[in-house]
Amino acid sequence: MMGSSFFTPLSWNDSGFILTGVLNTVYISLVAIIIGTLLGLAVGFIRAEANKFTNTLLGGVLDILRSVPLIIQLILFSTYIGAIGYPLDPFVTGTIILSLYTMAFMSEVFRGGFESVQQSMITAGRSLGMSYWQTVAHVRLPIGLRAVFPSWLGVALSVIKDSALVSVIGYMELLRTSEQLISRTQQPLEILIGVGIFYFIVSYPLSLYGKYVERKMAT
Amino acid sequence: MEYEFHWNIVFQKMPQLLSGAFVTLHVSVLSMLIGIAIAVLLAIAKMSDSKMLSLPATLWVEIARNTPALFQIYMAYFGLGAFGIHLSPYTAVLSALVFVNAGYLTETFRGGFQSIPKTQYSASKSLGMNSIQIYRYIILPQMFRRIYHPMTNQFVWSILMSSLGILVGMNELSGETQRLQSLSFRTLEFFMVAAVMYYLITKFVLFSTSLVSRKLFKGDI
Repeated sequence: MMGSSFFTPLSWNDSGFILTGVLNTVYISLVAIIIGTLLGLAVGFIRAEANKFTNTLLGGVLDILRSVPLIIQLILFSTYIGAIGYPLDPFVTGTIILSLYTMAFMSEVFRGGFESVQQSMITAGRSLGMSYWQTVAHVRLPIGLRAVFPSWLGVALSVIKDSALVSVIGYMELLRTSEQLISRTQQPLEILIGVGIFYFIVSYPLSLYGKYVERKMAT
Repeated sequence: MEYEFHWNIVFQKMPQLLSGAFVTLHVSVLSMLIGIAIAVLLAIAKMSDSKMLSLPATLWVEIARNTPALFQIYMAYFGLGAFGIHLSPYTAVLSALVFVNAGYLTETFRGGFQSIPKTQYSASKSLGMNSIQIYRYIILPQMFRRIYHPMTNQFVWSILMSSLGILVGMNELSGETQRLQSLSFRTLEFFMVAAVMYYLITKFVLFSTSLVSRKLFKGDI
């Protein structure tokens, strides 16, 4: 193994190929995080406000999204739209499922944030003459969101890692490009270590930052 | 376009799917048990003052937490081949899950341990307890309450992530589903049944762990 590395079939041309994978991973993760956060914010707010019946119903749907493996959801959805005759591009299919999956986790995070805002704060806002939506915008959102930032970051980081699964429906993200490179060069170890380092340098600093914020908020 | 569902073939293959579900449960239970054992050692190593012990433990934890599970499975299945180690799909998925579980649980255990105030230790000592008694009656029972819920979450995560076995040809629920659907081309039906089965497995696990916690903690958690 060591000796053969002088005659590696890996060439500089491959770096462009890998770079496409890197960019696609970053791209689909960002899109899913943004859509998932916005949907999760809306659903989390509804869940904090809704009555028991709506909550149970909504909670059940979100629970399904969280209890079925992402890979099964991806395969099911892409097979389904193919079967009914509306096949979509792997990126679109992947984004839809990854965003919904993200939403399911984000909504719990935001619901917790909204519910952590003390009722007395909201009452105080109302007694100052704020309307219902003004208390939402100026009291509940800023306080609630700040409280859940570390958890939000945790979910966002897991989305970056889970985005690797979109490779099963054919999206050329980092792990899939590396897989193809492996099958051509037969050098799994070198390529996989490179892939691992990429995920690590994206995820580790952010996770450290999350811990730092959490510690700061605790004191 | 209309899609016509054919369920017969799926019901015929139910025994195979159920045995796949059993493998799923099997691999996740095993990955939890081994993961817990390693995590206890890693947590002790991480809290020690010696850098020789704490550094490797930290490295393990951070790699496990900051890389995708799919990457770890590939690493176990394809990557280790460079060292002449060729794992079966089952062993590869099991070792990847053990690696991740140990990483996450180390932090859970450490957090649980550190959440118990040091003053309790001195208080028990002043009551005349020895170290074994202090851990057995004071520290560990409280710690166990705090880590029980994160541990069940990790267990559910293991069940869901074992589905990645499909990518290395393992015979757990997803892999079995994949194999069966490729024989009959009823992809949608097979994966729908698999989704329902995963849902039921996780619900069953959460239900039984909450029963156990009610018995263990008598309601106050």
